[in-house]
Amino acid sequence: MPITWDAGYHTAKRKGDKVANFPFEHGLIVAGILFVLGLIGVLTRRNVIFMLLGVEVMLNAAGLAFVVAGARWMQPDGQVMFLFMLTVAAAEVAVGLALVLLMYRHWKSLDIDVASVMRG
Amino acid sequence: MLTLLWIVVALPIAGFLWLALFGARLSRRSIMSIGVGAVGLALLSALHIAYTFFTSPPKGGVFVQTLWTWMHVESTHTFRRGTSLVFERGSFHPEIAFYLDPLSLLMVLVVLGVGFLIFLFSAWYMAEDTDLARFYAYMNLFVASMLILVLADNLLLLYLGWEGVGLCSYLLIGFWYQDPANVRAAMKAFLITRIGDTAFIIGLFLLFTQLGTLQIQEVLTRAGLQWAPGSALAVTAAALLLGGALGKSAQLPLQTWLPDAMAGPTPVSALIHAATMVTAGVYLIARTHTLFSLAPSVMLIVAIIGAVTLLVGGVSALVQRDIKRVLAYSTMSQIGYMFLALGIGAWSAAMFHFMTHAFFKALLFLAAGVVIHSLHNEQDIFNMGGLRKQLPLAFWSFLIGALSLAALPLVTAGFYSKDEILHLCWASALGSPWLYAAALVGAFLTAFYIFRVFFLVFGGASKREVAGHLNPAATIPLVVLAVLSIVGGLVQLPRVLGGVPLFSNMLAPVLPAITLVEDSPGLEWVLLFVSAIVSLVGIGMAYLLYARRTSPAPARDNVPARFFRDGWGFDWLYDQLFVRPYCWIVIESRHDVFDALYAGIAELAEVCYHALRRTQTGKVRWYAAVLVFGVVLILAMVVFR
Repeated sequence: MPITWDAGYHTAKRKGDKVANFPFEHGLIVAGILFVLGLIGVLTRRNVIFMLLGVEVMLNAAGLAFVVAGARWMQPDGQVMFLFMLTVAAAEVAVGLALVLLMYRHWKSLDIDVASVMRG
Repeated sequence: MLTLLWIVVALPIAGFLWLALFGARLSRRSIMSIGVGAVGLALLSALHIAYTFFTSPPKGGVFVQTLWTWMHVESTHTFRRGTSLVFERGSFHPEIAFYLDPLSLLMVLVVLGVGFLIFLFSAWYMAEDTDLARFYAYMNLFVASMLILVLADNLLLLYLGWEGVGLCSYLLIGFWYQDPANVRAAMKAFLITRIGDTAFIIGLFLLFTQLGTLQIQEVLTRAGLQWAPGSALAVTAAALLLGGALGKSAQLPLQTWLPDAMAGPTPVSALIHAATMVTAGVYLIARTHTLFSLAPSVMLIVAIIGAVTLLVGGVSALVQRDIKRVLAYSTMSQIGYMFLALGIGAWSAAMFHFMTHAFFKALLFLAAGVVIHSLHNEQDIFNMGGLRKQLPLAFWSFLIGALSLAALPLVTAGFYSKDEILHLCWASALGSPWLYAAALVGAFLTAFYIFRVFFLVFGGASKREVAGHLNPAATIPLVVLAVLSIVGGLVQLPRVLGGVPLFSNMLAPVLPAITLVEDSPGLEWVLLFVSAIVSLVGIGMAYLLYARRTSPAPARDNVPARFFRDGWGFDWLYDQLFVRPYCWIVIESRHDVFDALYAGIAELAEVCYHALRRTQTGKVRWYAAVLVFGVVLILAMVVFR
C-alpha cells in the first residue's frame, strides 16, 4: 500500500493506518541541512553551472520546508506553494542557462570570478 | 518743420537695428551705405531743423517734443524741508521728450556734422576689416545715444544716453577683441567712467528727492528758488554731477582711461574719444549751469581741476611716442581748457572751444589715421618721418589741425576759442592770475607737443615706404574738417579784432554772458599779444629741437620722461591704492570659514564615496556571502531579541 504523507505522528485519525510518521522537526532539519549545502555550493563553487545547481538545491530545501509545514498543520497550502516554486525554478533555470551560455561565449570561461567587470 | 526732430534720433537707431539684425547677410557696399547713410540723412534733417529754428524761431526760443510718457509712478514720500517733515504725494513720470534750444542744437549739429565726416572716413579706413557690420552698428548706436544725451528733456533720459555712449565706447575700444590688451583697455574705460556715473546717479537721486522732479528746466528753476547760493544741498548736488562729468570727460582724477582707450580703431578715437563723447561732461555742466552757479565752491573746483588737467595732459603729451596717445593726452588737456572756462562761468567760451576742438581734433585724428594706415599700423612717431612728400594730403591736414590746436594767431579756429578762454581767465570775476598762468603754460605746451609730433612725422628723411591710396571717402572729410578748422573760429571774434559775437549771441538765451571786472581794449590787446607769442614760441621751439633731428630715438627714456609718459604715475597709484588691495581681499576671502563648511560637506561625501566603492568588487559570490551574512544577522536579531 502506498505510503501517505501525514502528520499523523500527533494526530492519527485511525489506528492501524500505515503512515510514515516522523517528527515535524526532523523535516525542518533536513530542509535546513539541504539549504546550507546549497548555500555552500553557491558560495564556494566558481563554476557558474554548479552555482546554479546550488541555487536549485536551496530552492528545493525551501520547498521541502513548505511541504513539511503544510503537513504539520494539515493544510494544502504548503504543497500548492511547492508547485509554484517548481514553476519559478523552471523559469529561473531557463533564463539562468541562457545567461550561462552568453557568458561562455563572451569570456570563453565559466569561472564566475572572471565576470567581475562591474567592480567599482 | 521742427516736429521732424524725432527723426534725427530715429534714423541712427534704425541704422543700428538694421545692421545688427541683418548685417551678416548684407554686402560690404550696402553695409557702408546703411551705416553712413543713416547718419547722413540724420544730418540733413538736423540741418533742416536748424534752418527752421533760426528762420522762424519757436515760441520762447525752445522747442519741446514729447513722444510718450516713459513710466508713471505714484508714491507717497516724506522729506525734510527746513526743520519740518513734509508729507507729499509725489509722482514720477519722466517722459521721452526732446528739448531743442540753441545749446542742444549746437551739440546735435557738431555730433552729426563731425560724426558724418568720420563715418565717411571709416568707409575708407575700415574697408578691409572683416567685421564692418558690427563696426557700423556700434557707431550708429553711439550716435543715437549721443543725440539722446544732448536732446534729453529730463535727467533720466539724459542718463540713458549717457550710459549708452559709455556702452558704445566700451564696445568700440574693444572692437578688435582678439587682442586681450584691447579688451583690458575697454574694461578699464568702462569701469573708471562707471565710478563717475555712480556719483552722477546718486546726484539724480538727491535732486529728485529734494526737488521732486527730474525735468532739467524744472530742476534748475526749483533749485534756484529752494536753495540758497552755497547751501550744502546745492554744493552736494553740483559736486555729484561734477563727478559724472569728470569720469566721462577724462578729467583728474578719473582721467587714466583715455590714453588706453586709443586701443580702438582710429575713427572711433576721433569720434568718441576726441570730438563728442568726452565732451559730454562739458555739456552736462553747461546744461545745468544754474545749479553750478549756486555752488561757488564747486565752480572753483571745476576751474582748478581743468587747470591741473590741462597741465598734466600737456606734459604727458610731450613725451609720448605713440601718435594716438599724444592726441589722447592732448584731448584731455583741451577738455581741461573747457572745464577751466566752465569753472570761471564762461559757459559759451567753453562751448565755443568744444566746437572748434571737435573740428581740429577730429581732423588730427583722421590725418593720424591716414598715416597709421599707410604705414601698416605703425604708431611710433620715431619710426615715421619724411611723410610730407609721400602723404601730401595728410601733411596739409595735420598741419592745419596742429596749427589750430596750437592756436596760431588770426588764421585758425583754435586761436579764437582758446584766446577767449585765456582772456576771460584773467579778466572775469571768477578768474585769477593763477588760472591764467596755468592756461598760458598749457598753451605753450600744446604748441610744443603737437609740433614735436608734426616735425617728427612729416619732417626729416623718409624712413618707410607708404602703401595704399586715398579715395574720396578719405579725402572729403579731411578737406571739410581742415576748412572748418580754419574758418570755424570766425563766428566769434574778440572785440578788438572786429567783434563778431555770433556764437555767444546764439547761445545767449541759454547761457548767460560773463561779467568782466577788467574791461578795457588795452588789456585785451595785451592778452591777445601774449597768447600769440606763447603759441609761436612753442612752435618755434619744436622746430629747433625736432625739425632737423637725425639722431634715432633714445632706446630708453630717462626717469622723468618715463614718469610723465606713463601719465604721472596715476595708473601705478590707483593700482597700489585700489586694485591691489581689492585683489588681496578677494584672494584672502577665498579661504574663509564659511567656505570651509561647504568644502567639508563635499569632502565628507567624497570620503564616503571612496569607502563605498571598495564594496563594489564585481564578484557575485562575495555579494552572495554578504547577503547571507546580513540575513543571518537580521535573523539573529529577531530570534535573540
